[in-house]
Amino acid sequence: MKALRNYLDKIKPRFQEGGKLEKLHSTFDAFETFLFVPDKTTFKGSHIRDSIDLKRTMTVVLLALMPALLFGIWNVGYQHSLAFGKDAGFWQIAGFGLMKVLPIIVVSYVSGLAVEFIFAQYRKHEVNEGFLVSGMLIPLVMPPDIPLWMVAVSTVFAVILGKEAFGGTGMNVFNPALLARAFLFFAYPASMTGDTTWTAGLANGEGIADGYSGATPLSNAAAELVDKIPSVSDLFFGFIPGSIGETSKLAIIIGAVILILTGIGSWRIMLSGLLGGVTMTLIFNAFAANKYMTIDPLTQILMGSFLFGMVFMATDPVTAAQTNKGKWIYGFLAGFFAIMVRVFNPAYPEGTMLAILLMNTFAPLIDHYVIEANIKRRLKRANAVVKTK
Amino acid sequence: MAETKRIKKGLNINLLGEAQKKIAKIEVSEFALKPTDFNGIFPRLLVKEGDQVKAGTSVFCDKYREQIRFSSPVSGKIEEIRRGDKRILLEVVIKDDKAGDYEDFGKTDIASADRGKIKENLLKSGVWPVIRQRPYNVIANPDDTPQAVFISGFDSAPLAPDYGFTLKDDLVDFQAGVNAMAKLTDGKVFIGVPATDHPLAGVKNAEITCFEGPHPAGNVGIQIHHIQPLNKGDLVWTVNPQDVVIIGRLFTQGRYNPSIAVAVTGSEIKEPQYYKVNKGALVSTLLSDELKNSGKRIISGNVLTGEKVSYSGYLGFYHNQVTVIPEGNYHEFFGWALPGFGKFSFSKAFFSWAHGTRKYRLDTNLHGGLRSYVMTGQYEKVLPMDILPMQLIKACLAEDIDLMEKLGIYEVDEEDFALVEFIDTSKTEIQSIIRKGIDLVRKEMS
Repeated sequence: MKALRNYLDKIKPRFQEGGKLEKLHSTFDAFETFLFVPDKTTFKGSHIRDSIDLKRTMTVVLLALMPALLFGIWNVGYQHSLAFGKDAGFWQIAGFGLMKVLPIIVVSYVSGLAVEFIFAQYRKHEVNEGFLVSGMLIPLVMPPDIPLWMVAVSTVFAVILGKEAFGGTGMNVFNPALLARAFLFFAYPASMTGDTTWTAGLANGEGIADGYSGATPLSNAAAELVDKIPSVSDLFFGFIPGSIGETSKLAIIIGAVILILTGIGSWRIMLSGLLGGVTMTLIFNAFAANKYMTIDPLTQILMGSFLFGMVFMATDPVTAAQTNKGKWIYGFLAGFFAIMVRVFNPAYPEGTMLAILLMNTFAPLIDHYVIEANIKRRLKRANAVVKTK
Repeated sequence: MAETKRIKKGLNINLLGEAQKKIAKIEVSEFALKPTDFNGIFPRLLVKEGDQVKAGTSVFCDKYREQIRFSSPVSGKIEEIRRGDKRILLEVVIKDDKAGDYEDFGKTDIASADRGKIKENLLKSGVWPVIRQRPYNVIANPDDTPQAVFISGFDSAPLAPDYGFTLKDDLVDFQAGVNAMAKLTDGKVFIGVPATDHPLAGVKNAEITCFEGPHPAGNVGIQIHHIQPLNKGDLVWTVNPQDVVIIGRLFTQGRYNPSIAVAVTGSEIKEPQYYKVNKGALVSTLLSDELKNSGKRIISGNVLTGEKVSYSGYLGFYHNQVTVIPEGNYHEFFGWALPGFGKFSFSKAFFSWAHGTRKYRLDTNLHGGLRSYVMTGQYEKVLPMDILPMQLIKACLAEDIDLMEKLGIYEVDEEDFALVEFIDTSKTEIQSIIRKGIDLVRKEMS
């Protein structure tokens, strides 16, 4: 480690102001702080500081995403072998999945980080770690067969227009990963919708095993083929086609537990999102105007990306409501609208993405009212004192 | 029985080097008065180098409120007047001549004295600066009459001195100080005490409130918020408990006697204990020689709100504690990625939560770089006030005075945000942001 440190110290001047590689300062800084926690010390205010920083925070979120990612990789291979009637072993299945998923991850990170580094240098900032998570979320909400150039285009779009245009990490209005997906959804719907996009290789249409449709539970539900929806256990464990990271609810719940225990993800949003989804479903159950409306709450919650969205997307601290009370309202409405959009609008089989993006828009408004309530409380207190005098 | 208030939010940081319960006497040769210890005053010197002063002789006064005077803690000679950039007055150093001379302000019977007499004594003796006002946490204005006086009887900050221990022999003077303060307000004197057995709980002429819970339960601002929250236009005064004793002595002994017990603490101190010294004592007297060029961080005050001083620096006017901790100027290989069994964190993101209540040797490393505000909902967990911390911080950054006022800037002091700053993932300097906001509002309102 000492040799590496010495080497870094040796080449550091080149990247500083006046050095030959001054233009790569932010890049150097990002790699240096990746390898070593900086030696900066406090000089005023609190002399000691908590060990946590944004890198650690983001690492914990990445860790929480790992179960979903690992299962997703396996499931991509598993669905493929189901579709083509292959009798493959675990390693073949996982290997196939890895070949599909890894390139998407690499493209997402490379294209997104490139944009981040350029903007950090331009703004003379340090590189913010926010994209470490966005770069992993983007592949997890993609279908396995997505062309890599689309991943690159959508990522660059999301980072520039969704984040940097607003001032960078911490300032964005919309969740970048969802924005990337929404961009693809509207720009290239053929690659993002339909029954054949969710299983690797299905779009070619050759050699498909009899009876394998590739339809996701949501598309079955939307077509009112309620009896074709897989069993609750399949939905829970995730042996179904879908976006790479969304299928296994078990993996998502493990992630949720990690986020809640470490205090990094907001349990308020997760819980209220779940309540919102269940409430909407129960309202639908009461009316039961069509078969979709009769689906029980448990199945509704387990279908599609509802849980993935509530755990990993809605909880993004930057785009969610920032006040604790606001988080309850925000989460509840996100869950509520996710189920509503899903059931009411057949053009959008999955409502979670749109519901969360919609709530991203409203988060500042929700916060505004929470803040106003705080202000009013203070004014009321002041007035009460004046009256008693 | 006193009312008990439970503070739920907050954080106790368990550090190594808590002071043992013994007080040593120590000879200090040099003292200093530091105008920089006082928010919002402009010093005008009343002495020059080489002058002889007694304990209680005015050294400087506030240029705009000349009745506010600052006195020498001992008798001796003005050794040096140190100035910094733009000739700003940094330190007035006084060499103790051990003669023990003092200005005689005359013993006064508090019960029969009127408010004017008490104020006059406090002002001319230079004791007055121990009285501060909220909002703004600046030296109280002698022309005001506060609605109440608040005294926090305990300090909950890391390694803070135990006033229950240091004050147990000064209760007579403490009571005299409380009586004097009661004369200055039309309202009550409130004293906050911990729920444990505490000598101040028996003080008369004051309303006692018990506070239970983690730091910052001992911050006077937090106690005010829970007893009688400040509204716009309200004015209360606050005094540190050891300073109440100094007020008391002014009337019982007729002189300025700023002797306090100072806790010398921290993981780098071999024998953490208390020392009886006067305000403004030379810090090196309290420390062992090996700390001289050791590169350790010497802090006048506690680790959260104190001020960095050099080995040859002086104790701050409002400080009752010296803390020495290691500097953190090292690179840590993959520090953010390791499990972190020994790393203290308010979050549960490091495995140190498995250790429970062990004590830590924390250093001054920032543990990261400056970032945008990303995480939300964390600050609220360590600020036990009905205040939205993130929104108030942003209002201060935006210099939006109207919004700061609405969000409660009058109720806070920077020390209330010390824990918020400690746990901040984005490593911003929240205390100084809040101070700037407070100063800005004060400037606009005056």
